[in-house]
Amino acid sequence: MNPAMNSALNSGMAPVATPWFFYALAGLAVASGVAVITRRNAVHSALALIVTLLSVAGLYLMLYAPFVAGVQIIVYAGGIMVLFLFVIMLVNIERSSKDRQFNRMWPVGLAAACALLALFTSVIVKGKALFPDRMIPLAEGSNTQEIAKALYGDAGRMGEYTFAFEIASLLLLVAILGAVIMTKKKI
Amino acid sequence: MLTSFMSYLGSTLTPGSAGNQLWALIYVLIIFAGVSVTVICMNWLERKALAHFQVRLGPMRVGPHGLLQPIADALKLMLKEDIIPAEADQFVFWVAPLIGLLAAFTVYTVIPFGPSQAVSDMNIGILFMLGVSSLGVLGIVVAGWASNSHYPLIGALRSSAQMVSYEVAMGLAVVSAILMTSMNVSGTGTLSMIGIVQAQQQQGIWFIFKFFPLGFIAFAIFAVAMVAEVNRAPFDLAEAESELTAGFHTEYSGLRWSLFMLAEYAAMIAVSAIAVTLWLGGWMRPFPNLLHATAWDFIFSLFPGLTFGCLAAIAFIGTVRMPSHSFFKIQRIGLAAFAALLGFIALFLLLIAVVAGLSADTSLVARFNQGIGYVYWFVLKVAVFMYLFIWYRATWPRYRFDQLMRVGWKVLLPISLGVLILTAVVGVIVS
Repeated sequence: MNPAMNSALNSGMAPVATPWFFYALAGLAVASGVAVITRRNAVHSALALIVTLLSVAGLYLMLYAPFVAGVQIIVYAGGIMVLFLFVIMLVNIERSSKDRQFNRMWPVGLAAACALLALFTSVIVKGKALFPDRMIPLAEGSNTQEIAKALYGDAGRMGEYTFAFEIASLLLLVAILGAVIMTKKKI
Repeated sequence: MLTSFMSYLGSTLTPGSAGNQLWALIYVLIIFAGVSVTVICMNWLERKALAHFQVRLGPMRVGPHGLLQPIADALKLMLKEDIIPAEADQFVFWVAPLIGLLAAFTVYTVIPFGPSQAVSDMNIGILFMLGVSSLGVLGIVVAGWASNSHYPLIGALRSSAQMVSYEVAMGLAVVSAILMTSMNVSGTGTLSMIGIVQAQQQQGIWFIFKFFPLGFIAFAIFAVAMVAEVNRAPFDLAEAESELTAGFHTEYSGLRWSLFMLAEYAAMIAVSAIAVTLWLGGWMRPFPNLLHATAWDFIFSLFPGLTFGCLAAIAFIGTVRMPSHSFFKIQRIGLAAFAALLGFIALFLLLIAVVAGLSADTSLVARFNQGIGYVYWFVLKVAVFMYLFIWYRATWPRYRFDQLMRVGWKVLLPISLGVLILTAVVGVIVS
């Protein structure tokens, strides 16, 4: 049992995040993830992807990271997937579902997937020492404020991730400019 | 079970924060029933108010002044044949109204009807509300596509483009309100819905009046964007009758269609609740700091009872003015019974207010009375918005799609960005 749960028990609160929730959410994420690549109909795939994203948001909640969960719902499930559907709806589903959707690259894909699986396994097995041996008790009630302090710094001190955060926003700006220049011949 | 029921009474926490599942369930059921009943009442009010705007009578036949019309409508919708077009995508067609309904009702978990009158108080409250209510558009988009028909598809396309555009301005307006919550000693703001109202209480000002006119402009932008967000007139392009028959729900009928209506009205209440929480002081009664004496508390606690008293009086006047022909006899009895019911509620509320006024502040009756007061002021503020939605629909013509996009991207977005920057600058100067 992790410390956060322990402290929750001590304060007379029953932990809501039980292992059953984890298995349900993880199972849902994997099942719908498989559905994303096996459905022939692109809209069905997109819907399955939304379910995957939402169950991952649930997993973030279980890790006591409500801010990340909220952003996951707003940005991915609410924003990006609506744009996905917007584009997919304009595709002629009937024809594309009869067409062969994949070229015959599945041996390569399988090899890549196996390599990724091996990588993950080796990280978990060999890198056990790198992971903290217990969960750091996070202040769930001030999660957003803690993230803000890590990003932007606290009381005059520069944040740990301020530079990385600003660089990422610059990258997005470049992407926006690129999109505008590619669509507009004359600006 | 009884102990967990009793232990929560008199608590100052929300059931979610107190970890009391039983009371959380009770709150969820109350809210679900309350919202459903409100939607039914809104249906009647909208038809009646629209009719009066257009110098018609509206529903008059089913019950006195058509009061039983919503029940008749609900029965009709439930008994109607539920058609699924042969060419439709069966599963997606089936699941689409449920997505909209789920998104509309999930946000009610964090709406603060009072400092402890909410299902839960999340650290990310407003973020959660915006995120989950933005999932509602998925229901519309998917419904339009699954119908496999032209008008619904065009409606869905319009709806998705419109919601994505107006979400941006809406989000920026919300951020400028959240910035205002950090104008305190510690300089730490909050995203929690209850925290936002408490910040207004501490600063002694509703955020609509804060840094005038900045707070007001942000509120105005939100008030426009929220109408677009729930697809109501004048932004109801997704279901424009004159162009797209019924837009995204053209192919829907019976119970499934009524689920769309339920989701739409529930979403309307939810976005109004966001506006009330962020800018209009949430559950607070007018002037809680200026008029804070016990006598003022008592006077304001009479308001819920008096409101029901006024409604009872209106119903009673309606009874008296009913034509004396024998044809109206049953309607007259029905309306009199309705007036009596409202009158009893008024008496009950006044009784509680008086008893609470006489007993100690910490007694159960006093706390119950406080709770009634919080919910009353919150619901009253939301009700104003709900009436505005009807008023807009009766007054303004529908936008053309290019006009809609121009307003969203070229007017609302720059103004909300400017307001956000100015709010930050003024906040830094003031603190």
